[in-house]
Amino acid sequence: MAAVTPDQLHDHHHHHGPTGLMRWITTTNHKDIGTMYLIFSFIMFLSGGVMALTIRAELFQPGLQVVQPEFFNQLTTMHGLVMVFGAIMPAFVGFANWQIPLMIGASDMAFARMNNWSFWLLPPAALLLIGSFFVPGGATAAGWTLYAPLSVQMGMGMDLTIFAVHIMGISSIMGAINIVVTILNMRAPGMTLMKMPLFCWTWLITAYLLIAVMPVLAGAVTMILTDRHFGTSFFNAAGGGDPVMYQHVFWFFGHPEVYIMILPAFGIVSQIIPTFARKPLFGYASMVYATASIAILSFVVWAHHMFTTGLPASGTLFFMYATMLIAVPTGVKVFNWIATMWRGSMTFETPMLFAVGFIFVFTMGGFTGLMCAITPADIQYQDTYFVVAHFHYVLVAGSLFALFAGTYYWLPKWTGHMYSEGLGKLHFWCSIIFFNITFFPMHFLGLAGMPRRIPDYALQFTDFNALASVGAFGFGFSQLIFLVAVLQCVKGGPKAAASPWEGAEGLEWTVPSPAPYHTFEEAPIVK
Amino acid sequence: MSSQTLDKYFVPEPSRFPIFGSIGLLSFGTGAVMWLNKIAAGPWVFGLGVACLIFMMFGWFGQVIHESEGGQYGKRVDVSFRWSMGWFIFSEVMFFAAFFGALFYGRVLSVPDLAHGDNAALIWQGFTPTWPTAGPYASEVFSPMGAWGIPAINTLILLTSGATLTWAHWGLLKGKRGQLKAGLFITVLLGAIFLSLQAYEYIHAYHEMNLKLTSGIYGSTFFMLTGFHGLHVTIGAIMLTVMLFRSLAGHFTAEHHFAFEAAAWYWHFVDVVWLMLFVVVYWL
Repeated sequence: MAAVTPDQLHDHHHHHGPTGLMRWITTTNHKDIGTMYLIFSFIMFLSGGVMALTIRAELFQPGLQVVQPEFFNQLTTMHGLVMVFGAIMPAFVGFANWQIPLMIGASDMAFARMNNWSFWLLPPAALLLIGSFFVPGGATAAGWTLYAPLSVQMGMGMDLTIFAVHIMGISSIMGAINIVVTILNMRAPGMTLMKMPLFCWTWLITAYLLIAVMPVLAGAVTMILTDRHFGTSFFNAAGGGDPVMYQHVFWFFGHPEVYIMILPAFGIVSQIIPTFARKPLFGYASMVYATASIAILSFVVWAHHMFTTGLPASGTLFFMYATMLIAVPTGVKVFNWIATMWRGSMTFETPMLFAVGFIFVFTMGGFTGLMCAITPADIQYQDTYFVVAHFHYVLVAGSLFALFAGTYYWLPKWTGHMYSEGLGKLHFWCSIIFFNITFFPMHFLGLAGMPRRIPDYALQFTDFNALASVGAFGFGFSQLIFLVAVLQCVKGGPKAAASPWEGAEGLEWTVPSPAPYHTFEEAPIVK
Repeated sequence: MSSQTLDKYFVPEPSRFPIFGSIGLLSFGTGAVMWLNKIAAGPWVFGLGVACLIFMMFGWFGQVIHESEGGQYGKRVDVSFRWSMGWFIFSEVMFFAAFFGALFYGRVLSVPDLAHGDNAALIWQGFTPTWPTAGPYASEVFSPMGAWGIPAINTLILLTSGATLTWAHWGLLKGKRGQLKAGLFITVLLGAIFLSLQAYEYIHAYHEMNLKLTSGIYGSTFFMLTGFHGLHVTIGAIMLTVMLFRSLAGHFTAEHHFAFEAAAWYWHFVDVVWLMLFVVVYWL
C-alpha cells in the first residue's frame, strides 16, 4: 500500500521533554494522549461496572436488601452517565488518537496542545460527577437523561452533574474538531478520502455529529441550571414552558449521541473483518454512504424516545417511519460484513471473535430497536426492561465488544508484544456467554411488564432477575481477564512484527511495533 | 532543506497550559456549584478558577501568537486553523439553536397548548395564549420589549460594525496599516456602544417594564437569548481588541493574518445571530 521508511532514526532525540508524571500532564503526543484516554475510560468502565453490579445485587431477589431506593436511583443514573460519557465515548476518542494519525499517515493530530486539553478536561469532569455522590442529597437521581422536572428538583449533586456535562462537552467538541481537521487536512499525499480506512471515515462522521449535538446538550443543561437557580420557566408550565420541551431538546442531542457511540464501533469492525477474512471490505463505498445516511437520519428520529409522552399522531407516524428507515443503511453494513467474510479464508483470533460476536449480538439489538420503533408496540415497551435489554445489546455487545476487538487488534502495534491468545479467547467466550445470560432474560421481563429504574419488583419476575444478576457478576469478573491480558501484553510477551496479522492492510502496519514515539514525520506516499 | 521544514507540520512541544485550564475549569465548576448552593467559599473558589482560566488564555494564546509571528506555522497549519474556526462557529450555531428552539417551542407549542383541551378546562381556566406571556400562573404584569427603539439602533450599529471590519480587512490586504487600525478601532467602539445600549436596555427592562428573567417563558427566552448573544459580542469584541493591539504591534501581513480573519468570522457570526434575534425575539 505504501512505501515508508520506518523512522526509528528520529526516535532517540525526542525524549528531552518532561519526564515522569509531568510527561503525561504536558504531553502533546497523540500516542500518549490516546493511551491516557484508554486508561481513563477503563477506570470509568470499572466504576460504572461496580454501580451496575450493585444494581444487579439489589435486583437479585424481590424486596429491598442491599441499597435504599433513593440510592438505587442515583446508581442507575450515574451508571448511565459514567458509562456513556466516561467509558464508551473517551474509549473511542482514545482509539481515534492512536489510530487516525497512523492510518492516514499524519505526524500527529492537527492541534496537539488542544488534544492534551481535551483529555485533561475529563478527570476534572469525572471528579465533579463521581464527587456528587458525597454531597448532601447525593448524586443526581433523575436518570441519565436528566429529565425535567426531576432534574429541576434535585439537590447539589444535580448542579455538579450539570457542570460535569459542560466540561465533558467542551472536551468532546474540541476533540471532535481536532479529529475532523486532522482527517481533512493531515492525510498523506495520495490518501484520498475514498481510499481512507473505514475507521477514519466513521470517526469523521462521528466527529461531525459531536460538533452538531454536544452544544445542544449544553443548552439543555444550561436551561435546567437557570430553571433551578435563576427563576426561568423553560420547563415550568406555570410560566408558559413545558417539561416535555426538555425531552425534545435532550433527544435532539441524545439520538445522534447513540450513533456517536456506535459509528466508530462500525469502523473498528470494518477494519478487523477484512483482515481475518483475508479479503478486502465488501462494498467500501456503500459503507461510507451508509454511515453518512445513518448520521443524517439521526437528526430526524429523536421523538421515537417519546412515543408515550404525548405527540400528535402525525408526529409519531413521521418519527416511526424515519426510525425504521435507519434499518436500511444499518442492514447494508451488516450485509457487507457478512459478504466480506463470504468465501474468505477466515481465522478466528480474538479480535475476529469479538468482531463476529459483535455482528451477531449487535444485530439482535438492532432488531429489538426496530420493535421499539413501532409506535403502538413501543407504548407497551416504553420504560420496561425490554428497552434496557435493547440498548445494552447495542451498547455493550455493540460498542463495548467493538472496543475489545479493536484493543486486541491494535495491542501488538501499541505495545510491541502479542497478547495471550488463550486469555483473549477466554475473555471473549466468558463475555459473550455472560452477556447473554445477563441481558437476554431482560427481554422477557420487559415484555411481561417489569418497569426499569425500580429497586423492587413483583414476585413473578424473580427467576429471570436472579439469572440476570448471576450473569452480570460473571460478566463483570470476566473483564478482569481483559485487564490481565492487557497488562501482560504491556509488560512482555512474544515480540510483535510490524504487521502481526497476515491479512492486515493499512499504513499503521508499515511502522514498527511498538509504533515509535513519532511516526510519519515525513509523510508517506500512498499509491 | 528550508522547503522541507516549511512542509513539515508544526507539532508543539509539551505544554503546561492545558492542565492550568483543566484546574481552572474544575475550580470554576466547583466554585459555581458551591456559590449556587450558598456555601461561603463558593465565590472565592469560582474566582480562583476564573483567574486560572484567564492566566491560561493569556499564556496559551500568547504562545500561539509568538509561534505564528516566529514563522513556525506553514500553509497547512493555516488551513487547519481555518477548518477548526469554521467548525467551532458551527458548534456555536448549534448552541444558539437550542435556545431558538426553546423560543419556537414556547410560542408555537407549549403556550397555545396550555389554553387548549383539558389544560384549559381543568387547570388553567381563563388563560389566553397571547405572545408575549409570562405563563398562566403569572401574577405580575410586564411590558414586552419593542423592536423599534434601542434594538433597531443596535441592529444598525452591528451592521455598520460588520462593514467597518471589512474596511479594516481591505486596509490590511492593501497594506494600508492606518486603515486597518482605524477600522478595527471603530469596530471595537461600535461593539462597546452596542453592549452599553444592551446594558441600558436590561436596566430599563428590570426597572421600568417589570420585565425580568423570571417573567415566565417570555422573560426566560428573551434574557437567555439576548444574554448569550451579548456574551458572544463581548468575546468577539475582546478578540477584535487583541487584533487591534496586534496590529499596533506590527503583526499581520497581507498574506498571513488568519487570526484577524478568524475574529472577523466570529464577529460576522455574532452579527447574523443578532439579525435572527431581532426578527424573532424583538420584532415578530
